[in-house]
Amino acid sequence: MSKRRKLTDLILKVLIWLFSLITVGFLAGMVIYIVSRGISGISWEFITGNYNLYKGETGILPMIVGTLLLIFTTIIIAVPVGVFAAIYLTEYAKQGLFVKIIRFGTESLAGIPSIIYGLFGYIFFKNTLNLGFSVMSGALTLSIMVLPIIVRTTEEALLSVDPGYREGSLALGATRLQTIFKVVLPSAMPGILTAVILSMGRVIGETAAVIYTVGSVARIPAFDKLLTSSVRTLSVHLYMVALEEADFVSAFATGTILMIIIAALNFAANRLTRRFINGRTKGLGPTI
Amino acid sequence: MKKKVKIDVKNLNLHYGTFYALKNINMQIYEGEITALIGPSGCGKSTFLKTLNRMNDLIENVHIEGSIKLDGNEILGNIDVVELRKKVGMVFQKPNPFPMSIYDNVAYGPRIHGIRKKAVLDEIVEDSLKAAALWDEVKDRLNKSALGISGGQQQRLCIARTLATEPEVILMDEPTSALDPISTSKIEDLCEELKKKYTIVIVTHNMQQAGRISDKTAFFLLGELVEYNSTEQIFNKPKDERTERYITGRFG
Amino acid sequence: MNGCISGNKRKFTYEKAIELIFALSAFMMIISVAVICFYIFIEGVPPILKIGISNFLFGTRWAPTFKEPSYGILPMILASLFGMLGAIIVGVPIGIFTAIMLAEMAPKRIYGLLKAAIELLAGIPSVVYGFFGLTVIVPFIRTHFKSPTGTGLLAMIIILSVMVLPTIVNISETALRAVPKEYKEGSLALGASKMETVFKVMVPAAKSGILSSVVLGMGRAIGETMAVIMVCGNIPNMPKSLLDTVSPMTATIAKDMSYAGPFHQSVLFGIGVVLFVFIIFLNLILNFVVRKSLDRK
Repeated sequence: MSKRRKLTDLILKVLIWLFSLITVGFLAGMVIYIVSRGISGISWEFITGNYNLYKGETGILPMIVGTLLLIFTTIIIAVPVGVFAAIYLTEYAKQGLFVKIIRFGTESLAGIPSIIYGLFGYIFFKNTLNLGFSVMSGALTLSIMVLPIIVRTTEEALLSVDPGYREGSLALGATRLQTIFKVVLPSAMPGILTAVILSMGRVIGETAAVIYTVGSVARIPAFDKLLTSSVRTLSVHLYMVALEEADFVSAFATGTILMIIIAALNFAANRLTRRFINGRTKGLGPTI
Repeated sequence: MKKKVKIDVKNLNLHYGTFYALKNINMQIYEGEITALIGPSGCGKSTFLKTLNRMNDLIENVHIEGSIKLDGNEILGNIDVVELRKKVGMVFQKPNPFPMSIYDNVAYGPRIHGIRKKAVLDEIVEDSLKAAALWDEVKDRLNKSALGISGGQQQRLCIARTLATEPEVILMDEPTSALDPISTSKIEDLCEELKKKYTIVIVTHNMQQAGRISDKTAFFLLGELVEYNSTEQIFNKPKDERTERYITGRFG
Repeated sequence: MNGCISGNKRKFTYEKAIELIFALSAFMMIISVAVICFYIFIEGVPPILKIGISNFLFGTRWAPTFKEPSYGILPMILASLFGMLGAIIVGVPIGIFTAIMLAEMAPKRIYGLLKAAIELLAGIPSVVYGFFGLTVIVPFIRTHFKSPTGTGLLAMIIILSVMVLPTIVNISETALRAVPKEYKEGSLALGASKMETVFKVMVPAAKSGILSSVVLGMGRAIGETMAVIMVCGNIPNMPKSLLDTVSPMTATIAKDMSYAGPFHQSVLFGIGVVLFVFIIFLNLILNFVVRKSLDRK
């Protein structure tokens, strides 16, 4: 190779390594910065304590409860709809206009910015349906938001189920529906779980769509008003303490907790994904 | 007429991980000849071919021992593989034109090797396409996508593309196995023409093809070079019983 | 015999009913899009018409709480666009090169590490990005550039550049991996080096996928709210320099919603409409321009 070609090659290689390093470096910097400042703020009292500015209490138990409530409700609403939709798309629908329109819908939903979801949830669920600032308003809004994730991931899982299973079951005289529920869905379970985990991550990380539907009341709701009360999620809490109260100790600690949760969810999702997409290796294999 | 040895292979051993793919191969490939490599699937002939221009480097876990000399220079070990591949071009089983225009496909190699002048490139493209017997068929649509021509034309385009880098040796890995009979015979005619200028090593599943076009034939079985001789010898008086069984079709 | 048939019949209608439920679930996605569009537009279009489309879109003064209020959103549109462009200019090269690293160069260990990093970047909540921007990037800009607050367009671009990375990297990597290996072999066999093969054959062959990743990245950048709100300064100035404090559309909506009066609030929905139109426009680009370049192949 000529010197010039070698030089160009070298420059490109250096740039590829450099840019990859920037990507990892930024992440590492961010994680180290926030965790190193936040970890000391995390204590048993912080996690299990109440939040009351007048009494000087800065615990995040209400936010943890609020986040869990919102996740749980969203998943309960969104997973059946999303999984059913995915079943329809992979097991029933014939390629055609209807499927095209549905795909367009999925793509559009995935592309809508969260603040638009927030506006919509505010005007539709909170005002028009009169649900007020509540877990219900937020969960309904977020359900629509996570639908594309659930549908796509479940579809992928369903498509990777060995077609032989379906044929085998149908050949034994099972109906299509029995085949789906007894054979296809169980084998697609890791994929569906992955969809659930990814949705959880999305709900935990969301703020713009949450703040104007769920509100930001930092209190554990009464037991009989779990779904009709306003709560505050961890992300909203981080936003409030950082921007409105300038309480950076709580902010760093909350940020750290959020990062840990997201890392754990990613880890779990990866583990599961490996189980439903295995053996799909790419690259040059030996051709003998 | 005494021919010059172009490629000299000595004690070549190759492993894929734990799989012993080539067993102690010794072989001399002569300049200006067509050498055919035959044998059942999995016998190592393609692997051997790819060793000659180090395409096996792309695969992980390959371990190679022995020596291969091109014009007396060792090509295994730490050499400039880019230089080697310029000298030893390759045509693949499935035609693999790039998703670019016909012109750009042929000009790809020369451009990479530093030729920028339009007039020079034009000439190379025309010469290469003529040499690959494709010029008349595509001269009016050089700027159209290469993916729009037929499979046989695509394969000749790939040959033209290889010729454009001015190689000395052309390796062909079952170049006609994906083509119809007419395209196949065009490529075979082309090989006859090309051997005047280039050394050709061709892997083929098609025994008649090996018989028709090659000067020498090598029979591989289970990673071993069983027999290597003039094509006439191999097809008429094979020395090894295994070769005979394969040639006469009594063998997998 | 009879019973068997009627049994089948019952089974049949039951199966049909369930299939209908599946179809309705799928249909929910269309309904959702339609309802969201409807409500945003029904709430947001009237105030735009009342203000006047050109006054609204091209007005440079945003003073919704003044005695004589003014509702020009040009500063926000420009802030959103400049933020997006900046993020793309910085993020696209980094993203594509990282994707090349993943698809073609990284040894197994580094692949795992890099991939995990990208996934984490994708999962980290935008408020955390915003908070990092607020506590690290903003003070950095304040001390190293002549900027009184440190907030503004530059801080916003830096944060958005990182936030678009996962989208660009993941989709470009998939596109690069989908390039047939024959192209790669063909190029290498012609004596091209690995880098020449990547940049002259593989990247062009993956062009449409890479373009989609860029368009989707643009959508992510223009729609981002919480990270931006924490670093942009939230003052709707016309952006004239990188250090100007700005307030893009998303941040204005989110910030003003908490105290807006009725008309002010519906104007915010009007901004939502503009944002929505941008997103629809990006989707159209994705569907037509990118798909078309696919067909041409």
